[in-house]
Amino acid sequence: MAERVGFFTDTSICIGCKACEVACKEWNNVPDDGFVFRATSYDNTGALGASTWRHVAFVEQDGRWLMSSDVCKHCTHAACLDVCPTGALFRTEFDTVVVQSDVCNGCGYCVPACPYGVIDRREDDGRAWKCTLCYDRLRGGMEPACAKACPTKSIQFGPLDELRQRAEERVERLHAEGTTEARLYGANPDNGVGGTGAFFLLLDEPETYGLPPDPVVTTRDLPAMWRWAGGAALALAAGVAACFLGRR
Amino acid sequence: MPRRRDEMVPDAEFRSYYGQPVIKQPIWHEPHMPTYLYLGGLSGAAGAMAAAARLTGRDRLELAARMTAFAGASAGAAFLVAELGRPMRFLNMLRVFKLTSPMSVGSWTLAAHSGLTGVAAGSAVTGLLPLAGDAASVASGLSGVAMATYTAVLLADTAVPAWHEGMRELPFLFSGSALASAGAAVMLTTPRAQAGPARAAAAAGAVAEVVAGGLMERRLGLVGEPYRKGRAGRLMRASRVLTLGGALLATVAGRSRALTALSGLAITAGALCTRFGVLEAGRASAKDPRYTVVPQRDRLDAGRPASVPGR
Repeated sequence: MAERVGFFTDTSICIGCKACEVACKEWNNVPDDGFVFRATSYDNTGALGASTWRHVAFVEQDGRWLMSSDVCKHCTHAACLDVCPTGALFRTEFDTVVVQSDVCNGCGYCVPACPYGVIDRREDDGRAWKCTLCYDRLRGGMEPACAKACPTKSIQFGPLDELRQRAEERVERLHAEGTTEARLYGANPDNGVGGTGAFFLLLDEPETYGLPPDPVVTTRDLPAMWRWAGGAALALAAGVAACFLGRR
Repeated sequence: MPRRRDEMVPDAEFRSYYGQPVIKQPIWHEPHMPTYLYLGGLSGAAGAMAAAARLTGRDRLELAARMTAFAGASAGAAFLVAELGRPMRFLNMLRVFKLTSPMSVGSWTLAAHSGLTGVAAGSAVTGLLPLAGDAASVASGLSGVAMATYTAVLLADTAVPAWHEGMRELPFLFSGSALASAGAAVMLTTPRAQAGPARAAAAAGAVAEVVAGGLMERRLGLVGEPYRKGRAGRLMRASRVLTLGGALLATVAGRSRALTALSGLAITAGALCTRFGVLEAGRASAKDPRYTVVPQRDRLDAGRPASVPGR
């Protein structure tokens, strides 16, 4: 297995140019996702989805403008992969999470399972789609298209351990320079998804950018769920038996 | 931003990205998915009743339960396949077996249950292989209780707050509703003199369904709100009235065919309302970022961030 790779998206130097969105669309031949005027900010893309694998958020605040390029988190414990009933979602040799579009049968289960709202189904083609972390480019020894196209190095690609270390140093430097609100999001391997392969440096609370503040992989609780369901199954059997035990 | 949180009063203030949802809404369609949930429950509990009837020698009731179990499983499978984005690929479900995927476990459960109920019904209709038919009927009791409850795990094993947090009560809500549905269907298709156990099942299941639903809404607090508001709230309330009304009628119907029919229809409608209501509540709880953000923010503020022990 190759070394685990990922993205470190440093939003403190994102300029909101959306080159990542365009590069992703072009390289992966992702179809358009509608042309909606959202009338909120410079963001007419809206959110990640089946045909949006990089999404630049714009948050206009007093005295500053936050910009952040969101992407699939390629979780250590990936709910989409866990719940996929066909095995279409799999973990690659780079420790990324990818959908095999020739296996996906469009059951849609991965969609509500993702705690970040990343993966979605294309209704015209019936299958689930999301960021592949440019699996084809990785296999060819190249970096993902979005990181390649980013003009400010806000999107950095590389071995995850290296990125985490670089990110820690970046936060320390920002803190020293007085940007005390800088914080890492997703870098902690002890969080509810075991850390993410794509993590971020944010300048505000995650929810401001549309990110869940403390996500959990839903399958963490699956053993408990099966136990409760087992209890209900036993109760059902006992209930039926009780109904049939009376006089004829 | 200062934040004050009280146990009973949900904080109205939370931050989001232009009020947009954090997670995706379930994309399962109406009527396919909720109808499948109903039919799966109906078929599962009917299988359990068929097994119990076989073991206690109630031939006429067993025939009704057998046929109900088969009809429910067949129609349910058709709805499930129609729900897939690529229906022609439905067999892809059976290329792996994954315990981490309730959909995978469910597909295999449905395959086994459909097969067993098909053999049982086929034998009853043709008169062939009566021993195999009886064995399949008894075995469909086991696959049936799994059928009637796995769907609760299917919903709970998502990031949808109203479903995930309802993981304890949803299986009892669904199994109670399944018992009521099967009781109602078998009660309607069995001569009155032999339908006693079906009436009892209809009434007991209805009470279990209503109690489990009520407990869930109370325990969930803020996250249970989607079950009380809007269209989901109307469906859940309608379900309660129909289910309890139907159960009451089942116990007092006496010899009246009309009242029995009314009871069966009310319980069936109530069970359908439950499934449509639960699906809608899930959608609503995914759509409003409040239900995703507030509990997670509370966790962080209380210094209890999520973790995944042992993995």
